[in-house]
Amino acid sequence: MAATSVLFDAPGPKARTRTLISSIVAGAIVLAVIVLVIVQLASQGQFTAARWGPLLDPTNGDFGPVWTLFGNALVATLTAAVLTLVFALVIGTLLAMARVTASKTWRWLVVGVVEFLRGVPVVIAIFFAARVLPQVGLDLSILWYLVIGLTLYNCVIIAEIIRAGINSLPRGQAEAGYSLGLTRGQVLRSILLPQAFRVMLPALISQLVVIVKDTSLGFIISYEEFVRTANIIIQTLQNPIQTYVVVAVIFILINYGLGKLAEFVERRLSRNKKTAIDPADAEEPELVGAGG
Amino acid sequence: MGVLIEQFPLYVSGFLQTLRICVFAAIGSLVLGTILAAFRVSPVPPLRAIGAAWVTVFRNTPLAVVLFAVAFGLPELGINGSYFWFGVAGLTFYTSAFVCEAVRSGINSVPAGQAEAARAMGLTFTQSLSSIILPQAFRTVVPPLGSVIIAMIKNSAIAGAFGIGGDLFSVGVSLTSAQGYAAAGTLFGVLLGYLVLTIPAGIGLARLEKKLAVAR
Repeated sequence: MAATSVLFDAPGPKARTRTLISSIVAGAIVLAVIVLVIVQLASQGQFTAARWGPLLDPTNGDFGPVWTLFGNALVATLTAAVLTLVFALVIGTLLAMARVTASKTWRWLVVGVVEFLRGVPVVIAIFFAARVLPQVGLDLSILWYLVIGLTLYNCVIIAEIIRAGINSLPRGQAEAGYSLGLTRGQVLRSILLPQAFRVMLPALISQLVVIVKDTSLGFIISYEEFVRTANIIIQTLQNPIQTYVVVAVIFILINYGLGKLAEFVERRLSRNKKTAIDPADAEEPELVGAGG
Repeated sequence: MGVLIEQFPLYVSGFLQTLRICVFAAIGSLVLGTILAAFRVSPVPPLRAIGAAWVTVFRNTPLAVVLFAVAFGLPELGINGSYFWFGVAGLTFYTSAFVCEAVRSGINSVPAGQAEAARAMGLTFTQSLSSIILPQAFRTVVPPLGSVIIAMIKNSAIAGAFGIGGDLFSVGVSLTSAQGYAAAGTLFGVLLGYLVLTIPAGIGLARLEKKLAVAR
């Protein structure tokens, strides 16, 4: 606990007693609140088998259909997330390359596009794709509107992540390339980009968490991901709290796993130093914000 | 582009509604997030556990799910309110997790030597916290906190879409869906409203960052 060592001395007997007492008091308060919430929910009939059964009890008649719907929602969510990741990676890499290599006259254009798209709320990008594209004659399935909307936003975030990765590399890397007679493009492709990807892998995985969360916005254009599926289930089963708890738990499991993976990759990368730079030292861009 | 001129009053009212949501949610999440961060660095294990659980839950759940869960859950707990306040509450809960992490990492970034030096000089815990640790933590916290708030402004569109209504995004939706205006022009006006909020915030943040930057 680095924080504890900054803020507090090693506790003596008095401080330990104080901590113990406040732990007991705080624990009691927390427990009381939890009990109160449970009692209140129980008095509203939120713990009945009728409400939880379809979600948790395999012998319940609705269990099969409900989890088939959730399975479809999972496939829909992962499809949208993976497609978005692929497109955003490709376009983001191209944008980052353009921003790094472009001459001054063109760079402002790339910077302008990146800054503009960063300021666009994701919901609006998705809604925009679903409303404007059909009007200009591009009739696609809902999945593609969602993917296009998400890609618009995430490609610039990924571009910034990769650019930060390139900037974090020591100058000597590029200089060594030039002195070998490589062109700008060659240096970028075979020296800088591979290392930037490596350094920024944890940040890229964290961005995947944001993408997975943002696929839930598909409900606005009726894409059948988890939120839309939950709303459909609720219409028949009338158990909103229970259904949303299950959906939240599914998301938390997926995203917590991805977060742990990012931490693991970061540790691995900083342990075997084949790259010129330690990922922990690379300055992460301030993009992780509140998830888009 | 004629929409923007024809429906200008509607856009303005949408902008004000978005601004209202953002101001309440920003104040709420800054306060709640700071309290949670204090929980997470406190020596009391139950408080640390609450802070950690809160952050894990709200950082990994999509905002849309949080909003629906709040709107359905709070009435069952006997807390009734309008959709506006449920929306603000959902946005506040969600954002507070990110605020908490920003503040906590700021406190962690203060080198241990600073606190040790303060102790060696005989400052009490309160003195070292208020005049050594927190002023330095504040500098590191400002940039990430700023991006959290900017992201929150953009996320307010989700709260609008979910049913608060009357905000910029909802205005855009009703103009394109119900009143049949061309989507591109209408949404451009909506976007302009958000950029009016986010771009100055971004510029101000960059200025503040430069002002606060110190070599360590």
